[in-house]
Amino acid sequence: MRLFGSAAEAESSPEVALAALLGRALWPRLALGLAALLGVALLAAAIGPADIPADATARIILSRLPGVSLADSLPQSWQDIVWEVRLPRVVMAGLVGATLALSGATYQAVFRNPLADPYLIGVAAGAGLGATAVIVSPLDYTVGGVSLVPLAAFGGALTAVALAYALARVGRTVPTVTLILAGVAISSIATSAMSFLMISHSQQLHTTLTWLLGGFNLSEWGRLWWLLPYVLPAAVIILLYGRILNVLQLDEEQAQQLGVNVERVKLLLLGAASLAAAAAVSVSGIIGFVGLIVPHAVRLLWGPDYRQLLPMSMVLGGAFLILADLLARTVNSPSEIPVGIITAFCGAPFFLYLLRMRQRAVF
Amino acid sequence: MLEIRDLTVAYGRLVALRQVGLSLRAGELVGVVGPNGSGKSTLIRAITRLVRPLGGDIRLDGKEVGRLSQRELARRVAVVPQSPYLPDAFTVLEVALMGRTPHLGLLQSEGRADLAAVRRALEQTDTWQLAGRRIGELSGGERQRVVVARALAQETPLLLLDEPTAHLDMGHQAAVLDLVRQLCRGEGKAGLAAIHDLSLAGQYCDRLVMLNEGRIVGEGEPQEVLSPQLLASVYGTRVSVFSHPLTGRPVVTPMSGDSGVGLETRGSVGTFRS
Repeated sequence: MRLFGSAAEAESSPEVALAALLGRALWPRLALGLAALLGVALLAAAIGPADIPADATARIILSRLPGVSLADSLPQSWQDIVWEVRLPRVVMAGLVGATLALSGATYQAVFRNPLADPYLIGVAAGAGLGATAVIVSPLDYTVGGVSLVPLAAFGGALTAVALAYALARVGRTVPTVTLILAGVAISSIATSAMSFLMISHSQQLHTTLTWLLGGFNLSEWGRLWWLLPYVLPAAVIILLYGRILNVLQLDEEQAQQLGVNVERVKLLLLGAASLAAAAAVSVSGIIGFVGLIVPHAVRLLWGPDYRQLLPMSMVLGGAFLILADLLARTVNSPSEIPVGIITAFCGAPFFLYLLRMRQRAVF
Repeated sequence: MLEIRDLTVAYGRLVALRQVGLSLRAGELVGVVGPNGSGKSTLIRAITRLVRPLGGDIRLDGKEVGRLSQRELARRVAVVPQSPYLPDAFTVLEVALMGRTPHLGLLQSEGRADLAAVRRALEQTDTWQLAGRRIGELSGGERQRVVVARALAQETPLLLLDEPTAHLDMGHQAAVLDLVRQLCRGEGKAGLAAIHDLSLAGQYCDRLVMLNEGRIVGEGEPQEVLSPQLLASVYGTRVSVFSHPLTGRPVVTPMSGDSGVGLETRGSVGTFRS
């Protein structure tokens, strides 16, 4: 099982260590991960209440490529189900999973804290308050057929994070511990306000709770286009900073003495990670666990180098959430389980297994 | 190369450095000595902008450090901090390669030249054979040498060392300081080292600067600075200063309270009771 042996672990000689550092370890791993991700996506697209064979699913998807026509003989209803119902949902779950894992890994790197997840400094609580406020308001919460809930969640998340950042500022710097404390305080204010709204509007309790626990039952291509403008640039920025994030793991003073403009890097990366997480949460609700555990799983499997940890977290996070969503909609079919319940219930045992398997310091 | 004038640094109301002036030429190794809390580390932190001075200025090759970008600064000055934190999970090679950070753009990754620089630095500090090992598996002395290697890999004209020999055994103390001195003399670097051990400082440094309560109280050749009178008043304890039989450099030892008063020993420069 070479796949599960960290490349760094076998490095006894300097030459092997050099080879690993030259990036030879990342590309095969990434290629394998992407292949697995595609496989999982195809599997998820092929399973559902309508009985569509896997090969038909593959043909329908492939026929969307220019110049390929493999699906002409298949019923139009199958094509609609695969292309308009299942695929947006699968892609959305994959994208949200990748985003949450990437953003969790970034938070863990910047805060140098293994307990950090994308919701640490206000994204979840802010989004929850924003969404709840719109859901319980007596006004109609759709404008021209478009729901205001994602918009309110997005705004709430960013407001909470910005507030925490502003409050944690000491002179020219934002000490990370102060930022965590400010984030926790802001989160608790937002959460209590949200709880009050929920309790005082108990007739909408089910709607609110379902939103909070997260899910992809409302997925459509349109929501995906709303997500990408935030997630793509954020991911590009964060991935570029893998090497710098490694240096930041020393501590902020050493990073600075090695030429890293620490405050600017912190602002840029926390901003990118928060923006991406806020966008993800706004379309999918507050899906827990992915952003915390997936980066740790990657660390346990392949070591702490952020240049591989960030992309591999995206791949693994995407595949994990696609599988979790598949379970969420099939286990109790035709009704759905909120996907957040699945991620925690099935993800945690796997993580504990990894933790027991690898008995050494990982963070 | 390094020019410090009237430097005053304070942490809140606590003044750590008062109007310190110092200059350093290429090829020179200068030791900063003084008791705990005398401002040695603060001086090093101020040169790398980790603390902002209240007054005075610090110039590198005529340019004020406050005006350099963090990256430009790190291409001119490398630091060996006092017992720095290193994550256990990283390998020696990964940590040493971090020394190349100021030479790499955002889109670049380490190339042949960087690996060559790191290999040379690891070989110079006798840690190349550890390259693939994890930090968590190293002894204190090995870790310290890896930090020195990281600073050397930075390839800067100025090297600042904060207690570089604190965790090392005698053999590696000598090896590290020999290396630093040779880098100064042979490769024309300038070195500024805060050193607790006065005898080591006297042995290896071309000049010493003695700090006490944030002020410079002595500066010059080791023989001048390490006088029993000055040491006694600064450290508040009796010391003996001998001249080394081979090098002629001063050797300093504290005298225990119950030893004979004014005991004269062969080769002794003098003893003093405070």
